[in-house]
Amino acid sequence: MKIRIKFTKTGHMRFIGHLDILRYFQKLMRRAEVDIKYSEGFSPHPVMSFAQPLGLGDTSEGEYVDIEVQSTESSAAMLRRLNEKSCPEIRMLKYVQIADETRRSNAMSNVAAADYQILFRKEAPDESALQAMLAQETLVVKRKTKTKEMETDIRPMILSWELGEEGLFVRLATGSTANCKPDTLIEAYDHFRGVTPPPCACHFHRLEMYACREGLFVPLYQLGEELL
Amino acid sequence: MSTRKLALSDEILMSVEKPARYIGGEINCVYKKKDEVSIRFAMCFPDVYEIGMSHLGIQILYDMFNSWDDVWCERVYSPWPDLDAVMRREQIPLFALESQEPIREFDFLGITIQYEMCYTNILQVLDLAQIPLWAGERGEDDPIVIGGGPCAYNPEPLAPFFDLFYIGEGETQYAPMMELYKKNREQGGSRQDFLQACAMLPGIYVPSLYTTTYQDDGTIAAFSPTKEGIPARIRKEIVSDVSRTYYPDKPLVPFMQVTQDRVVLEIQRGCIRGCRFCQAGQIYRPVRERSLDFLKEKAIRMLESTGCGEISLSSLSSSDYSQLKELVYFLIEETQKRHVNISLPSLRIDAFSLDVMNKIQDVKKSSLTFAPEAGTQRMRDVINKGLTEEDILHGAGQAFRGGWSKVKLYFMLGQPGETDEDVMGIARLAERIAEEYYEIPKEERNGKCQITSSTSFFVPKPFTPFQWAPMNTAEEFLRKAYLVKDTMRAQKNQKSLRYHYHEADVTMLEGVLARGDRRIAPVILRAYQKGCLFDSWNEYFDDRKWKEAFEEEGISPDFYTIRERSLEEILPWDFIDCGVTKRFLKQEYERAMAGIVTPNCRMRCSGCGAAVFGGGVCFENTN
Ligand code: SF4
Repeated sequence: MKIRIKFTKTGHMRFIGHLDILRYFQKLMRRAEVDIKYSEGFSPHPVMSFAQPLGLGDTSEGEYVDIEVQSTESSAAMLRRLNEKSCPEIRMLKYVQIADETRRSNAMSNVAAADYQILFRKEAPDESALQAMLAQETLVVKRKTKTKEMETDIRPMILSWELGEEGLFVRLATGSTANCKPDTLIEAYDHFRGVTPPPCACHFHRLEMYACREGLFVPLYQLGEELL
Repeated sequence: MSTRKLALSDEILMSVEKPARYIGGEINCVYKKKDEVSIRFAMCFPDVYEIGMSHLGIQILYDMFNSWDDVWCERVYSPWPDLDAVMRREQIPLFALESQEPIREFDFLGITIQYEMCYTNILQVLDLAQIPLWAGERGEDDPIVIGGGPCAYNPEPLAPFFDLFYIGEGETQYAPMMELYKKNREQGGSRQDFLQACAMLPGIYVPSLYTTTYQDDGTIAAFSPTKEGIPARIRKEIVSDVSRTYYPDKPLVPFMQVTQDRVVLEIQRGCIRGCRFCQAGQIYRPVRERSLDFLKEKAIRMLESTGCGEISLSSLSSSDYSQLKELVYFLIEETQKRHVNISLPSLRIDAFSLDVMNKIQDVKKSSLTFAPEAGTQRMRDVINKGLTEEDILHGAGQAFRGGWSKVKLYFMLGQPGETDEDVMGIARLAERIAEEYYEIPKEERNGKCQITSSTSFFVPKPFTPFQWAPMNTAEEFLRKAYLVKDTMRAQKNQKSLRYHYHEADVTMLEGVLARGDRRIAPVILRAYQKGCLFDSWNEYFDDRKWKEAFEEEGISPDFYTIRERSLEEILPWDFIDCGVTKRFLKQEYERAMAGIVTPNCRMRCSGCGAAVFGGGVCFENTN
């Protein structure tokens, strides 16, 4: 039985890297005595699949991990059990059963977009600069891979944006086909304005991750069903 | 807890490696309200977080202190050099992980001293905490700085930096010490009043109340208390019933990967064997076993409360635990049910351990470990290592037939009385193990074998029969390492043999610090001021700076390392009574030089002196 868990990563947990989050969940599953499936062999570990790692320093209220269990209680009971054994800054929000489908259908491969709240901590954002930048047809950024530098147009990956009192809200294409991280967007914005910002000028907070179903963006947990 | 403010800003945390080292908040860490406790204790392991968090002793004491309502014990580790630089530049005082508040506001700073190469890190911790380095310069508001752990058995090189040392196991005297502290405070007593009162507690050494004089040749003339009534000798503290004492049900679970990412079950304290090079084998005498029920219960509770994927047994020689079989088979059953790994270090290779290993690990990938410590039987008799070549070849042979093909061997170079024959014997033993492997018909073995030998350089330690012995020089050490290497290379199976050896410089320094006296303290300070830090880390150890520090202080390292001490000499640690008598150690040194083996405690008691503690193995057969 496949289960999808939505969780938060807030506060000081933003300094815990992705690999450590994985280890955290392995232990959490044991503490909460989740009847999870383990890998075979001499060092068994719970089989888990995380969607789209979060950058170190970023926070989120829309993280996902898929697990496989042999048995389970209701969603409410499982949320209670997991949260009891978790630290206050990692909270489970959803525990839903997802269709078994194929092996490739996991949280990771489902992701098509993500919402972010970008907080400007050093100076207020320059709305007209943002507008001018995003009014362009293309927005080419240089990205370095291990071996070469590539030019990518991220403009089509910026699906929507809105500047509010609480920062910049953006929906960015995320996943294996097209992927734009919020820091890439902010780098482009700084480059566009020709400024070099101080360190930690922005804080990135992920709000939700989506799959694309018939042209619509659906939060990942909505692909599953609550267990009653 | 989530509103807890961090001591370091985001800018700093994001600019250093592994910020998770500095944020606290781990699973099972303890929070109390500071106005509701009367004593705040900072427990420090002076090395990086990943090392310090892997240490069982701290987990035990952390649990003990926090089980007391009026004490809040928090943790602190050495900031890594990247953060160290930032903290100095921005004058950020060193803080405890839980409250994130400066250590200098605490009542106590307890530092566990596990190895000599952390001494400059101790100064770093004091310095960053903005506590005066010299105990004599501390004021009424500074924390009381306590040293403990194995290196406290020769506290002298660090004596001027500590207000007091706790000699022995921490479970016994901290409760009375905390009571004394509260009473002293209520009565308006001073720091000095408190220290004097502590000096009367068993196991507590207050260095400022003792003085050393020296002879013309540099050896100690006398060591004595400066005040009447202060005890001249200090006996170590031990827990007599190790099944009825503090042990955490809920050990801390770090967020980041640490050196030992597992729960640890300490099955016994001490060792019956009495290897003559081994300090732990003497200072933790007598052997005391924890009961099977105690261990079973703790194992389950710790696994449940941490969710760890591995459990490990800990002791100096697990095979000597009398109920090992029951314990191990119980753990195998429990861990398989829970999908948890089990690791069993320091097991003698025999039919039982091979059967167990077969059940718990992948034979093809894992390796067998032997610690012969010396290359020839003659030399193993000298060091009283009761492991014969026959044991090794037989054990390895059995394992090879069971599918194993990798062996790890650990040796020491430079032990007293070692000849070139003994040195070459290391390579020859490795060769013979390889031969044992290739005797198995080709079809029945698993490709090539891999025999990896490692040598470390021997450092004589206080409270061992070799405490009087001269060390080899650095040149001699390296010559011996090359001799092993060349001998390996000249052998038939050289392609199956691997050899590693350590650097000699750091060993020489360890030698000075291990058997040093109070005159070494200024050298440590000077080395620290020159920038020495994290000396146990290859990439940070700077031998040149240390050499300058010795020179500038006019101290000759050779006096402490390569000089042979006379059996009559007053040694800097003689005032400590670890149970084992100096008479016994002398006798053992003489027997070593004559190549006579001494039986272990279960075969026959040798009257080492540790029976004064009235428990453990010394009394196993008396009722
Ligand atoms: S007194 Fe005897 S039994 Fe006890 S530790 Fe010493 S040698 Fe071993």
